[in-house]
Amino acid sequence: MAVATDTEAFVGASVKRKEDASLLRGRGTFVDNLTLPGMLSMAVVRSPYPHARITNVDLDAARAAEGVVAAFSGADLAGDWSGPMPCAWPVTEDIKMPPHFPLAADEARYQGDGVAVVVAETRALAKDAAGLVEIEYEPLPATADVEKALEPDAPLVHADLETNECYVWKLETDDVRAAIDAADLVVTRRYFQPRLIPNAIEPRGVLAQVGPTGDLTLWSATQIPHIIRFTMQLVLGIPESKVRVIAPDVGGGFGSKLDTYAEEYLAVALAKRLGRPVKWTEERSENYQATIHGRDVVSELTFAATKDGKITAVKGEMTCAMGAYLQLVTPGIPLLGAWIYSGPYAIPNYSVTFTGVFTHTTPTDAYRGAGRPEATYVLERTMDALAAELGMDPVELRRRNLIQEFPHTMSSGLTIDSGDYEASLDRLLEILDLEEIRAEQKRRREGGSTTQIGVGFSTYNEMCGLAPSRILGAIRYAVGGWDSATIRFQPLGSVQVVTGTSPHGQSHETTWAQIVADELGVDVDDVEVLHGDTAVSQLGMDTYGSRSLTVGGIALWHAGQKILDKARHIVAHQLEVAEDDLEFANGSFAVKGSPDRSMGIKEAAFAAHAAHNLPDGMEPGLEATATFDPQNFSWPAGAHAAVVEVDTETGDTRLVRYVAVDDVGAPVNPTIIDGQVHGGITQGIAAALYEEGAYDDGANLLTTTMTTYLVPSAAEVPSYETDRTETQADNPLGVKGVGETGTIAAAPAVVNAVVDAVSHLGVTDVQMPATPERVWTAIQEANAK
Amino acid sequence: MRRVALTVNDVRHELELEPRELLVYVLRERLGLTGTNVGCDTTSCGACTVLVNGESVKSCTMLGVQADGLEITTIEGLARNGELHPVQQAFHEHHALQCGYCTPGMVMAAVSLIEHGEAKDEDSIRKGLEGNLCRCTGYHNIVKAVAAAAGAR
Repeated sequence: MAVATDTEAFVGASVKRKEDASLLRGRGTFVDNLTLPGMLSMAVVRSPYPHARITNVDLDAARAAEGVVAAFSGADLAGDWSGPMPCAWPVTEDIKMPPHFPLAADEARYQGDGVAVVVAETRALAKDAAGLVEIEYEPLPATADVEKALEPDAPLVHADLETNECYVWKLETDDVRAAIDAADLVVTRRYFQPRLIPNAIEPRGVLAQVGPTGDLTLWSATQIPHIIRFTMQLVLGIPESKVRVIAPDVGGGFGSKLDTYAEEYLAVALAKRLGRPVKWTEERSENYQATIHGRDVVSELTFAATKDGKITAVKGEMTCAMGAYLQLVTPGIPLLGAWIYSGPYAIPNYSVTFTGVFTHTTPTDAYRGAGRPEATYVLERTMDALAAELGMDPVELRRRNLIQEFPHTMSSGLTIDSGDYEASLDRLLEILDLEEIRAEQKRRREGGSTTQIGVGFSTYNEMCGLAPSRILGAIRYAVGGWDSATIRFQPLGSVQVVTGTSPHGQSHETTWAQIVADELGVDVDDVEVLHGDTAVSQLGMDTYGSRSLTVGGIALWHAGQKILDKARHIVAHQLEVAEDDLEFANGSFAVKGSPDRSMGIKEAAFAAHAAHNLPDGMEPGLEATATFDPQNFSWPAGAHAAVVEVDTETGDTRLVRYVAVDDVGAPVNPTIIDGQVHGGITQGIAAALYEEGAYDDGANLLTTTMTTYLVPSAAEVPSYETDRTETQADNPLGVKGVGETGTIAAAPAVVNAVVDAVSHLGVTDVQMPATPERVWTAIQEANAK
Repeated sequence: MRRVALTVNDVRHELELEPRELLVYVLRERLGLTGTNVGCDTTSCGACTVLVNGESVKSCTMLGVQADGLEITTIEGLARNGELHPVQQAFHEHHALQCGYCTPGMVMAAVSLIEHGEAKDEDSIRKGLEGNLCRCTGYHNIVKAVAAAAGAR
């Protein structure tokens, strides 16, 4: 890919990443790489029981151990908290929100719940001493099953609530029942989407330092330094004005670091008590128990349809695991999919109901896609089921229902600004060569091959770019969805950009520089992007939900417009011409008709700082901040297909091809977009074929390491075929989100392909992940019928 | 404590180590070479991969004392005179890293794979990197980068 040389052609070019220089040399600033003088190490003692009364915590042996500075139980620290750890999304008025403190004091409610904490001079000594903490537990019954937890005699996660039901949330149009009653065909299917463990390769990490005046600096491997800043006031009573949160280099998040965790508050509380910096680094087994999980939803989806394949109603009943406590946005995750159970299809009648349920498990929260994969999976699986019932080609069924005109207001109530869904599907089919795949499938079926081939589709859209603040308010989210950017010309013409988004792999240092370079006519290397430090970036709502470009990037564009306005004012004054007589191109303001009379934006910046000759009343300096609150969500969409081979004797599935055509609006950096798509697809494939966070009947987590929870390696996946169609989003850059598209689209495409490969044997569904055992069993059960 | 001498990135170090200290923590905490990351502590993810006498080793699974007398190369020792190693350069050219956390281990594993002549084609590269997990890239661009660096097709 060529690097742009024209000063107005960085956007749209695959500019090489600025981030790479340090990361490739091993010079990353990940939290565990940081040390401070006098720093202590913290270790957390966790409940081995999924549910137990804590009857005694004996810390004497731990306190006496070598190198130990302090050890505390939950009861010891109860007075340190000015409030419980926050849940920012009470989705209904009568939602049950049990208090959640950094350490459990009386009852442990999931395996991994923190019960005590030890601080020592080194990591090893802290861990040694943690093993000496003696806790007496009285085990209690527990359940990890989201449906059994609603049964009348189910063990209660929070006994005082007298129920495990956290909330019921419903969205319904008027005539759903009538549409179902009047339908030629009604198809209902039930699916379970198991838990997924996010598995950022960098575990979480925290380093807290509290100064003598109570000022706090907290380094955290987080996606949300700004949000953590205000939770420090809520939980620890430290005024936000005294809090500096730094997200240095962060090694992936995928939603798991869109949260605030016990260890952040514990490290701060202990640093405050002990007067020394405290560091904690998560181990992988802790990550599996004590960092949030995703999914764990039982869904029943109903389609009403005409005999020629027009879907007239969709109705979904979702039972969603919350886990043992509500984390930052736990209850709201299912709702992030609530408006798109009709997906890219024009379906006039709509009903979705979500029931949130407490279970004795690690809390759930955002995992890449967050609510939208859950919606898209059941929708796209049921599309295939309906196609089978109708005897219709699944591509044709999708085509008949795709939304045709944009903007389009869905029956769920939200308006999609732009798209061309059929164009993506057409391009997908061009790349795929479906006829040849079907011919090969026919040959293998007729020849009785034990290696059958299947193809599966997924046409999808998603609502992302979180989010319009007014809508967030209307759905009871605690804060806004805007973001901010500052652009600051230095006197000699280099440019600093401060963003309120907080990248952790998404390449904002490069792409934000591309946007500013084009807008202001400077070189991409003139621009430095600063982020992830609340002392530098005062305003921001951080990075998640494919929001950074469509919210923070648009704020950046607006800040650029303010810079141009001021610079134009300065140049007009200095050249003694009217502002309207100036044209801006390639970083220079020129007088219309006399191009030799001009002034560059860097000269204007110097003039702004020298302030020798500015218009009367103008403030010196060339700096602008803009905040941007989107009026709508962002609506990426596309069409994906998977081709698999299934060994009918062993049930083993091999992914042969994966083709993705996405419309993510105007591309800022195509190579970086492709990278996001590749990674997203892989997480969707992982859910379809490999990954499942499993609990036993007693709510013990069975998948506690990477050897039992199968994160795919390079050997499990193929190279991908990606392409884009493009419709301009309704914003100044024409951009849409991209971070979650692959994960949303891929899981149903792959499972649809697996089912397609063995459908001639009578298989109609395979529980995800479609492991060899499950595929083999599905074939045996179909044979037995 | 045991006295050991090991050479890391061409520099000889004499250290007093606890027998239980893992090589990765010797590198990170004793020698300040924090480029080698810990992802899983259990030999699964490969983020901590280094070269020991030219062989790729997950340094969370080797004791520091076992490295006595051996030569170790970490990610910090790969670039020469400020110039990136061809594998590092290929990762940059092909956008084979996003968050960058698995990258040091992935690069070291790829260097070893190429030096052993085992990066012959896409299939051998994918199988050869099986022990190194990446959650960001989906491996697509890593495989391309390693193939380019290996001059393989």
